[in-house]
Amino acid sequence: MKKPDKELTTDQKIKRRSFISFGIFGAYVVGGYSAWRWLYKSPDETEGITAGAHKPLRKALNKTEIFFRRLTFSENHLVKTYPKEMAAKDVRHNSDIGSPGVMPPEKWKLNVTKKNGQVMQLTLDQIKEIPKTEIVYDFKCVEGWDQIQHWAGARFVDFIKHFGLEEEAKLDYVGLETPDKQYYVGIDMPSAIHPQTILAYEMNDKPLQGRHGQPLRLIIPVKYGIKNLKRIGFMNFSNTRPRDYWAEQGYDYYSGL
Amino acid sequence: MKVIKEKHPLIMRWTHWVNFPVLTIMIWSGMLIYWANDVYSITIFGHTFVQFFPEWFYKTLHIPQRLAEGMAFHFLFMWFFVLNGFFYVLYSIISGEWRYLLPNKHSFKEAWQVLLHDLHIRKTTPPQGKYNAAQRIAYTAIIVMGFGSVITGLAIYKPVQFYYLAWICGGYHLARIWHFVLTIGYVLFFLVHIIQVILAGWRNFQSVVTGFEVVDEQPEPVVETINENEKA
Repeated sequence: MKKPDKELTTDQKIKRRSFISFGIFGAYVVGGYSAWRWLYKSPDETEGITAGAHKPLRKALNKTEIFFRRLTFSENHLVKTYPKEMAAKDVRHNSDIGSPGVMPPEKWKLNVTKKNGQVMQLTLDQIKEIPKTEIVYDFKCVEGWDQIQHWAGARFVDFIKHFGLEEEAKLDYVGLETPDKQYYVGIDMPSAIHPQTILAYEMNDKPLQGRHGQPLRLIIPVKYGIKNLKRIGFMNFSNTRPRDYWAEQGYDYYSGL
Repeated sequence: MKVIKEKHPLIMRWTHWVNFPVLTIMIWSGMLIYWANDVYSITIFGHTFVQFFPEWFYKTLHIPQRLAEGMAFHFLFMWFFVLNGFFYVLYSIISGEWRYLLPNKHSFKEAWQVLLHDLHIRKTTPPQGKYNAAQRIAYTAIIVMGFGSVITGLAIYKPVQFYYLAWICGGYHLARIWHFVLTIGYVLFFLVHIIQVILAGWRNFQSVVTGFEVVDEQPEPVVETINENEKA
């Protein structure tokens, strides 16, 4: 038999409601803290194309990037450009991993591996035959600084057309490496063929200097500086992600802006 | 006589307690990111008053050399921050709770009275209601700031794709500064908030967990009620 419900006194109601609320609150605090500890102590991902990030965080990073890329990326979205006078005279330099010292342009060649395995060896003069494009824009470093800089060279799309690499450009990624293979990046094709992506050989109207990746470097405004590889020695195309220096050290593979 | 007075709706309590740890993680991971280019300071006429942040501060909190990790945490917890905030605002609009929260035409004058009262300069208690005028302004401001953090954050995250957001913020460079200033704002809000919560006491604090507050109510004399009715 069920006892007839007795009207609770106000004190009983207060006690009962406080007990339930604080019980749930306590469980939430313990649960939340445990979840945080789990995430904070979660093991690093297995080393591959990407490495160095907590496994669940890498998963989240990839998913978030795909979400924003699908939602927002368009080759019609252009980086803001500035008048030449606003460009920095003293262009910031962070690192020359893979491009130390000076590389005499005559000793340098760009090795482009085609789909059929054939390797094209291009000289700087051959690349300079492509109409020159200039850009003055706000260069953005993953560290958080930005600087208005002036670069010039061949647009990547023009490079593709000029050397008949249309078939290669249908693949998903382009991989770039320095001549000594110490620095390497992977770029998704939509970002590579973005109209503002440039294979640059000039800075502030002068040929590139040693510290800035002479004789030829990548300037890709839709990516952080870490993807703007200096002194390109090798170029290859693939449907799988090419190796990437900073993606191996916990950074997002896409690093798009 | 003790009476249970309903105060904070369930959703308001949940979103409050979800926001607290999430925002803490966002600020912490934000510092891991900021460290990599820690150029901000408060400098007036060449004299630097505050440098964000001193070395001992970084060392104590184990901030240095964790940029990649900071970004990874920041770009995961931003989802919780945004969804939780969105949920709260949506609920406030639908439920009509916003009426207790948004400042009204009296709020700015009254907020001044609240300030004087809290600083023990003025004796008379300003009107309290669910939230007093100063609370209305502060709690509405914090929602607006949250919105600002999302806008400036997206402007920094994808300045080319969200070029219009970057433009609203006055460009990429300024967006990062706004984003930082808003974060300092949260920390200042938090300090004042904690002091006020401590001063308001346990009864007030527990209402953000249980949802109700216990008030001592004197039963009103019957005669007066009748008089009221006759007047009407």
